[in-house]
Amino acid sequence: MRFPAVLLILLMGGVIGLQAVHERRGGVPAVDTPDMLYVRSPEAMRRLALSYRSVLADVYWIRAVQHYGSTRLSNDPNAKYDLLYPLLDLTTSLDPRFNVAYLFGALFLAGPPPGGPGRTDLAIALLEKGLQAQPDKWEFAENIGFVHYWWRQDYPEAAAWFTRAAEMPGGPFWLKSMAAVTLAEGGRRDSSRVLWQEIAKSDLEGLRNEAQRRLAQLDAMDQIDQLQAAADGFERQVGRPVADWDDLRRAGYLRGFPADPTGTPYRIQSGRVTLDETSRLHPLPVQPAG
Amino acid sequence: MRMIGHVAVNVFKESVRDKVLYNLVAFAVLLIVVSYLLGQLTAGQDVKIIKDLGLAAIATFCLFIAVFIGIGLVWKEVERRSIYSLLSKPIRRSEFILGKYAGLVLTLLVNVSIMTAAFYAVLAYLDTQFAESVRAGWPAPATDPGMLKAIVLIFVELMLVTAVALFLSTFSSPFLSAALTFGLWIVGHFNADLRNFEAVVESRPAAYLARGLYYVLPNFAAFDVKAQVVHSLPVPSSYVATTAAYGGVYVSLLLTAAVMVFSRRDFK
Repeated sequence: MRFPAVLLILLMGGVIGLQAVHERRGGVPAVDTPDMLYVRSPEAMRRLALSYRSVLADVYWIRAVQHYGSTRLSNDPNAKYDLLYPLLDLTTSLDPRFNVAYLFGALFLAGPPPGGPGRTDLAIALLEKGLQAQPDKWEFAENIGFVHYWWRQDYPEAAAWFTRAAEMPGGPFWLKSMAAVTLAEGGRRDSSRVLWQEIAKSDLEGLRNEAQRRLAQLDAMDQIDQLQAAADGFERQVGRPVADWDDLRRAGYLRGFPADPTGTPYRIQSGRVTLDETSRLHPLPVQPAG
Repeated sequence: MRMIGHVAVNVFKESVRDKVLYNLVAFAVLLIVVSYLLGQLTAGQDVKIIKDLGLAAIATFCLFIAVFIGIGLVWKEVERRSIYSLLSKPIRRSEFILGKYAGLVLTLLVNVSIMTAAFYAVLAYLDTQFAESVRAGWPAPATDPGMLKAIVLIFVELMLVTAVALFLSTFSSPFLSAALTFGLWIVGHFNADLRNFEAVVESRPAAYLARGLYYVLPNFAAFDVKAQVVHSLPVPSSYVATTAAYGGVYVSLLLTAAVMVFSRRDFK
């Protein structure tokens, strides 16, 4: 009885050892095949799913998150998010009440390259699909307005959607004033900050995190403006552009080395202040001046 | 009635001996492992996904038990020739069939009950892992008792599947019975398409045939309210009662047919 137990342990050790060798050699030889999505038709998938629509929606949602995350982290400047919309479309067709898929999906889709596909049209289409499924869901209308506001800088359209969201059942009152502010002074950093501060109150952790990141970006943009003003002042005073932060410190414009809200030092080159590319806040959004 | 009880208890004991209840361990491990991994894979949808997965796993694990044990209930007795000694005892054939059915339903009831308890335990644990602000955003509490409606309908669906498998096993081979039971289960999920067949075909007879099949074939899609309970959408108790009554009548029909077929079988 003891011999088979020892043999089992030895064989298990052999399996683990060979797996380690396999891993060290790089695993299965790479084949350059693109990610596949065998069934793209939401209607076909709804039928094939039988009574497992919700579970399949979860599977496609996880695939969408993984696809977005892995493409974003690939550091490939030409990274493509080809499967992102089809995956989100399948997810929301299988489970039309998968609210997170609409809200996060729109954020994923609208983000400009390389952090996202920059498909604001698809982000809006996804949210409109959500509105069709749940016409009273003011958050979808608000998010459509937000896509117009933040990524498209189409302020009249954004204001129209904010108004529509405010008039829906349960729509918050502040969206009405947001609509007015958007029309009057669309794109100002202050109004952007108000929007993100409201999103930061979301009960969805992911949305809160994204809002915090965007708020930090707005803070960084304010700080860069102040630093740039100091650098310009130095150039006017001394007659040459700032070479490094020591120039500004010695001239009394700064006390220390400036860092963005994540703690990454700002860069200065030929008198221009920029965010460091390694910062979590990079790239900063395209925004009018504060 | 006592005879039915004896047969039922024996079927239950046999399923325990056959280690059918081991699937409960697999179910528990699946839920625990998945709930641990989900946090790394998805953007804060752990509870929804665990609910979806738990309900689907209860339905699937028990569907396999219902089909694969159901098809062997009668066939095994015939194959082992134990049917001769059984029928020589003071037991009617109808009692034999009903007892077999009740035994498997009892096995399923125990399985579903324990799985439900494990399911709620995992959800209760997950509930403690989230802040109050996050929980406030959920459409329903993690341990929403409303999910029991879906579980009740899953159980009625399993009773119907068991009746289909048992009925088929009274006159066909196990392989054919399993294939036909799964086939009926799949067709039963396309019931709504049969209802709307006339909208896509021009032939009147084909449309009438489809309409007839819509009424005659078991409508398994009606038992699926998993998505509704997960999203905390209203599932009226009257709907649960009507659907359960539909399942009950269909089960009675199949058991009557099974008793009729089995009573006429010649084992000489």
